[in-house]
Amino acid sequence: MALLEVTDLKVSFPTPDGPVQAVRGMTFQVERGRTLGIVGESGSGKSVSTQTLMGLTRGAEVSGSALLEGRELIGMPEGELRRLRGAQISMIFQDPLSSLHPLYTVGWQIIELIRIHEPATTKAQARKLAIEQLAMVGIPQPEQRVDDYPHQFSGGMRQRAMIAMALALNPKLIIADEPTTALDATVQAQILDLMARSRREFDTALIMITHDLGVIADMADEVLVMYAGKPVERAGRRDVYYRPHHPYTVGLLESVPSATGAKGRLKPVPGQPPSLLNPPGGCPFHPRCPYVMARCRVDVPPLMGDGHQSACWLPLDLEGVGPEVARRRTEASS
Amino acid sequence: MSVLLRVTDVRKYFPIREGLFFRKEVGRVHAVDGVSLEVRAGETLGIVGESGCGKSTLARCITGLYPVTSGSIEFDGAPLGAKGFRRDVQMIFQDPYGSLNPRRRIGSIIADPLVIHRIGTKTERRRRVQELMELVGLNPEHYNRFPAEFSGGQRQRIGIARALALRPRLVVCDEPVSALDVSIQAQVINLLKDLQAELGLTYVFIAHDLSVVRYVSDRVAVMYLGRIVEIAPGEDLYKVPKHPYTNALLSAASVADPDLSARRERIILTGDVPSPISPPAGCRFHTRCPKAMPRCVAEDPRLTPEGEHQAACHFPVQPGEHLGAETPQIQQESTEPTVGRTESGVDDEPDRRGD
Repeated sequence: MALLEVTDLKVSFPTPDGPVQAVRGMTFQVERGRTLGIVGESGSGKSVSTQTLMGLTRGAEVSGSALLEGRELIGMPEGELRRLRGAQISMIFQDPLSSLHPLYTVGWQIIELIRIHEPATTKAQARKLAIEQLAMVGIPQPEQRVDDYPHQFSGGMRQRAMIAMALALNPKLIIADEPTTALDATVQAQILDLMARSRREFDTALIMITHDLGVIADMADEVLVMYAGKPVERAGRRDVYYRPHHPYTVGLLESVPSATGAKGRLKPVPGQPPSLLNPPGGCPFHPRCPYVMARCRVDVPPLMGDGHQSACWLPLDLEGVGPEVARRRTEASS
Repeated sequence: MSVLLRVTDVRKYFPIREGLFFRKEVGRVHAVDGVSLEVRAGETLGIVGESGCGKSTLARCITGLYPVTSGSIEFDGAPLGAKGFRRDVQMIFQDPYGSLNPRRRIGSIIADPLVIHRIGTKTERRRRVQELMELVGLNPEHYNRFPAEFSGGQRQRIGIARALALRPRLVVCDEPVSALDVSIQAQVINLLKDLQAELGLTYVFIAHDLSVVRYVSDRVAVMYLGRIVEIAPGEDLYKVPKHPYTNALLSAASVADPDLSARRERIILTGDVPSPISPPAGCRFHTRCPKAMPRCVAEDPRLTPEGEHQAACHFPVQPGEHLGAETPQIQQESTEPTVGRTESGVDDEPDRRGD
């Protein structure tokens, strides 16, 4: 049994203009000790789906199921969820300055977390544990820095403190939502390195949410590509980069400048992502897809294939990037 | 190629003041601290660096938005602020939301430069604005809409149209695509390249995304703590970086290619960028440099004056040299007692090698 099994998760937010369908049917599993990368552009539903697992989407209409070791998370009473958060599942957010409380010391916040979940721990024990955690994530002079306020930390150190907090109770699953987007390149490398090590050391499962294809290339075992609230492709890391099937994945990969410095013209994905107030019928990507077929406008493609899955009506053997595959894709669609 | 813009030893300090009445100056942020560079007509000069390295401040000095503390900026042989300077040098900003007034129609936003410089009659201006909108790929019929009715990518096009209204010769682009989604970024980059070819523009292109800068630039300058540490033709800089900081920056950037990424040697720098209020003595990078020697603390390295490829380093990196595995000669203020630099080979991570 997988650690986390999410089945047909749907989340919508009521607005005066009608419901915004942020997540429109998501199914995935996360195994123990593995890293799932979720990639997508802004508004693709990648953050909302994981926040829903933690019970953080208040006021949303949620359906579907999410089992953590067989326990249903959707609709779980708040009190029970609270015991899970931080202890079983923890979360690392994008902006560490706004996710740490500015009026309490960093140490106080870690100690609080430990003592709420393990009331038997004394203050002194918890403090010692907090110092150990800070030392583990590479905060210099943790005995002194534990009494510092978040504003006294630099951006990279705050994110380290968040990671220390996320790991403090040895959770089974960590959800990292754009953990390095606010950081500089050299600091990002430090944090990714730290996360990869900690994950291996504690054998924790990790869900890594990002829009950065480069971060996923470094971190993930398996990748889920989201578009307009739906997963459009799911495959092993190398398959996603070298043998992508869905035209959206292909478009994303081709729209970033090549890592080898080739100067060919960039191929952007034409058009704009759709509004989730009334998403297009059929395949959500069909208005922007270069290989659109009559069927795409009507039928919604499910995730097809085993192992390497893609939600696209094109034949499943049309994988990869390059002129040859592009030609065959065009042939198939005409 | 003739030199269009010459920046000589420019410094920009921001005073830090304390006290209620006298506002006594207690310190200075050394945002840009002795930068010299040339921009040639028709080229794109890329400037990369981490946040706080002074790249945006430099951009604002070049466009005349900030008065410089010392040093000189010459545009086309004339000092900054000479007649015609404001028309010839324009800027594109990072934030497509913050840089457009939400309460004004985009037609009047784009026409603003024309109004300020008293160019044309009302009908002529209107025609010019519609021309510009077409040029940047916007529908000219949307003349009367408000910025809120456009997406991020379209708003960036509005900002570009406004910058081009006066037919400038130099356009300073300050992070023009970093607020945009990946699939939209490519649209705007292509547009900027097309406009350069069509209108013969010169760009100063500032970004923190190394692969975007590599893609658009002819030459690239790397900044660290208010200084240029290396400047070279784009491919030279990316293939044989000389400065240890450039090496670290390039190795830290993540690339969207798992195999390539797994093969690279990673230099993970310790600690954070020092404060620009009291930058370190000598070479500013010595506190984090894996190659630092006593000479680096004592003596400030200058950019080597000759050649196209210049690096401000006493001990430039040789091709084939392994930076990650070196022991620093100077005791560094390590901020990482347990998790330090990855030493290649010793601490190689098996699961990064791909499946």
